[in-house]
Amino acid sequence: VYRLHGRYHEMAPNVVPMDYTKDPDVKLPMQLIINMPELKENPFKERIVESFSEDGEGSLSFNDFVDMFSVLSEMAPRELKAIYAFKIYDFNTDNFICKSDLEQTLNKLTREELTAEEITLVCEKVIEEADMDGDGKLGFADFENMISKAPDFLSTFHIRI
Amino acid sequence: KDKEEDESKEEDSSSPQNRASRSKNYQRKNSNGKRAGEERRRQRGKKAPTKDQKESENEGRKTSKKGKEGENKQKKDRKTSTSSGSSNSSDEESLSEEELAMLMEQVEQKKKLISAMRNKPWRMVKKLSVLREAQAFVEKFEGALGKGKGKKLYAYKMMMAKKWVKFKRDFDNFKTQCIPWEMKIKEVESHFGSSVASYFIFLRWMYGVNLVLFGLIFGLVIIPEVLMGMPYGSMPRKTVPRAEQATAMDFSVLWDFEGYIKYSALFYGYYNNQRTIGWLKYRLPMAYFMVGISVFGYSLMVVIRSMARNANENTADGDDVNFIFSWKMFTSWDYLIGNPETADNKFASITTSFKESIVDEQESNKDENIHLRRFLRVLANVLIICCLCGSGYLIYFVVKRSQTFSKMQNVGWYERNEVEIVMSLLGMFCPPLFETIAALENYHPRIGLKWQLGRIFALFLGNLYTFLLALMDDVNEKLAEEDVVKNITRWTLLGHHNSSLGNGSMATPPPLDPADVPRGPCWETTVGIEFVRLTVSDILVTFITILVGDFIRACFVRFVNYCWCWDLEAGFPSYAEFDISGNVLGLVFNQGMIWMGSFYAPGLVGINVLRLLTSMYFQCWAVMSSNVPHERVFKASKSNNFYMGLLLLILFLSLLPVAYTIMSLPPSFDCGPFSGKKRMYEVIQETIELDFPLFVAKIFSYVANPGLIIPAILLMVLAIYYLNAVAEAYQRANAELKKKMQMQREEEKNKRNNKASTNPALQDLEDLFTQSTKSESHPKRAEDKKIESPNQPSPVRTQGRAAALDGSPRTGGRGAAFVPLSHVFVTQPPTLGIWPPYPGQPRPRGQPMGPVPGRGRGQP
Repeated sequence: VYRLHGRYHEMAPNVVPMDYTKDPDVKLPMQLIINMPELKENPFKERIVESFSEDGEGSLSFNDFVDMFSVLSEMAPRELKAIYAFKIYDFNTDNFICKSDLEQTLNKLTREELTAEEITLVCEKVIEEADMDGDGKLGFADFENMISKAPDFLSTFHIRI
Repeated sequence: KDKEEDESKEEDSSSPQNRASRSKNYQRKNSNGKRAGEERRRQRGKKAPTKDQKESENEGRKTSKKGKEGENKQKKDRKTSTSSGSSNSSDEESLSEEELAMLMEQVEQKKKLISAMRNKPWRMVKKLSVLREAQAFVEKFEGALGKGKGKKLYAYKMMMAKKWVKFKRDFDNFKTQCIPWEMKIKEVESHFGSSVASYFIFLRWMYGVNLVLFGLIFGLVIIPEVLMGMPYGSMPRKTVPRAEQATAMDFSVLWDFEGYIKYSALFYGYYNNQRTIGWLKYRLPMAYFMVGISVFGYSLMVVIRSMARNANENTADGDDVNFIFSWKMFTSWDYLIGNPETADNKFASITTSFKESIVDEQESNKDENIHLRRFLRVLANVLIICCLCGSGYLIYFVVKRSQTFSKMQNVGWYERNEVEIVMSLLGMFCPPLFETIAALENYHPRIGLKWQLGRIFALFLGNLYTFLLALMDDVNEKLAEEDVVKNITRWTLLGHHNSSLGNGSMATPPPLDPADVPRGPCWETTVGIEFVRLTVSDILVTFITILVGDFIRACFVRFVNYCWCWDLEAGFPSYAEFDISGNVLGLVFNQGMIWMGSFYAPGLVGINVLRLLTSMYFQCWAVMSSNVPHERVFKASKSNNFYMGLLLLILFLSLLPVAYTIMSLPPSFDCGPFSGKKRMYEVIQETIELDFPLFVAKIFSYVANPGLIIPAILLMVLAIYYLNAVAEAYQRANAELKKKMQMQREEEKNKRNNKASTNPALQDLEDLFTQSTKSESHPKRAEDKKIESPNQPSPVRTQGRAAALDGSPRTGGRGAAFVPLSHVFVTQPPTLGIWPPYPGQPRPRGQPMGPVPGRGRGQP
């Protein structure tokens, strides 16, 4: 945890205090966090930071910061990771991964190299594969069901710090 | 809501006295605290949360335990009846008892909450505050919970428990800090992805294993001999023979591991066969033998444990085909990547992979010319087998030649090292050859990789075993020589005695200078030397390959690119990619050689430890400076077990030669800890006879009786067969479950699209049940049993949690989709607010279809 605090501190040395006994309310803005080397190349960095932030705006207090890295670490249990993964991929935060969310995910993953029809095809296939209750979008149940069978979810959804 | 439930239950069993007060829930507490365990079970059934936040958690987590409430209630009844006597105590006492009990329950709940805090997806702030509150509560009341006399003891126990927990946590923290090279590996990982990093993690693990082995050998064999054994020069076996003394310090001789090194503690020949040495009476030969065996035992244990751990992580095997696109979308991005170049590569590879899948999805399978493909594959395999045989023969030939060389006098450097050079060259050039031939086969890349690895493995194995066979010839020759030398030695000693006795006095003759005693050929030391030389040359070749193949190449490409005709970076040489499989195989084979040679050359493991250490730093540097990330960035998930499997195989294969020599070859008569015995394992018999009390020897002689061993082996075979059968049964049950889920999913999809059911059996069922009523509260029906049993295997019922949900979402076909998902549900609180829609909503579906799956599941 000390290391984490060190990292947190060095991002904004003038703002972050070393002493937390008085429980200060310090938040770092999203821009700073996105520029961390671990997150810089990640296409979902904004979503990651947003889903861990208290106020939904993307500013992380130290608690949120620790939270984020603990979920993304090796030791976090699978269910916990699945919950947060769902939040991350849910771009419009409606607690469902709908088609537009999928499209955005796909675009971020491929940097918009696929044609529009390819995109629609892929999104449709995903919904067809994973949607259990037939509402045309992925609820948390569907997502969890699908991701619990994925063999490499744990190893890819992991940041080492 | 739960509290009212409990209260209503309690009312039945409560005695008339305390009906009014709320603490009825906790009445009839015993004063001896022995039933704390049962109380806890009761608490689980009751779950009376003191905070609102916990209700959601309890609902989520403990709905599964509703089933247990029934039995808890019974237990409570029993307890109330038995302890009704104690309730007649004064009001004051019973009140404080109840209070205490209530407190105890709350403390238990808080403790459980604390331990499960990790799994909650709450915000950090919330977690922290709840945690602090819970901890404060526990601290405040814990001390007060000890009852009467046991109070102090109880408090003490609690304190010790807390201290122990704290100690464990500190120790874990310390351990994580201690893991070496974590930062380095992370750097490599972020640049090259998780598959390259997996090689380094494997290297680190090997380093750990080798370190332990080295510690064993060094501490138990080398140190005692050096400290307490006879010093250098005191015995024939420990001194350089006079003939060689002139050249013993030459570097070329030392490089060949002759000269002083040959007669040092690094090799087998140095050790004395004295039964006990030093004032500790340390039994060196016994220790040598046991350490040799335990090296293999420990390695075996460690490899198997690691394999089991990996196997646990690969849970779902089948069901691959169902989620291809979803998995691609959600799990293909490797979050560890932190380098723009790698990220670019990853994006490109993801895009191509999507495109490939789309193409696969769209077009039907091409009608390939199967015959041509088969012919090509057979041809490729034939070619490769030819290559393998050729290389095997080459090695045999070369080793034979080196034996004739060793008899000659003037041997050049090349002749001396021919064997090692040839083996290294083969190892360098054959794999690319295999790859080019494999292009004929046209396999899927992952399968192709496995074939390639298998072939390289066969190549190395063939080489190693040919080498061993040639070595065995050598050994047999030496054994034959020994007899001759024995006679010579005896005569020399006699001659020396006679000459020094002179006029027949009975005085003891001056001892012969150890360097002058004619020495027998010490075949074990020779074998040890061979292995050490092989290892060293392997190390050198690896390092040089990396240096030249990667670094020089990179420099060349970088600097000469300016004045070259074609673009070097994109064209022919370009930068090297990190060859994961080649490196892993090299590591695995190196380890195999170490295992084989460590019995005859105890210092070999030390050399290996040094090698792994330097290799770690060297390769990290090389990778970062001169390699580029792979073009096809593929994941490292399942290959881990494959490498472990290879390691296991090599372990067995290297155990065989050592076991053979121990069992069937006589040790040399004048060197090593077993000299003078007929077989090496006789040292065990000796120890048992002489050192242990008499009955131990008798026990061992009984145990070694074939009449006992054969039935034991039979028993083990039977056990293996039984376990196999059980495993198969589980697999079958698994497959049936999957089929069932598959069917349900299809049902859902069909219903969604309002199509007719694809499964004719289900269609029939549908018609059959149009008339019958569908009362969900009575899932158990005889007719259902008859019809449903072929379709619905009972293993579903064994999901105890699914059973708990029988009552609620039985409405409509929703139940069908529910049960497989429910077991995942009960582990999480519905923080995302998704729960409310499901249980309450009865899907307005075709009613006949609805209860069918549901009832099936309701069967016991």
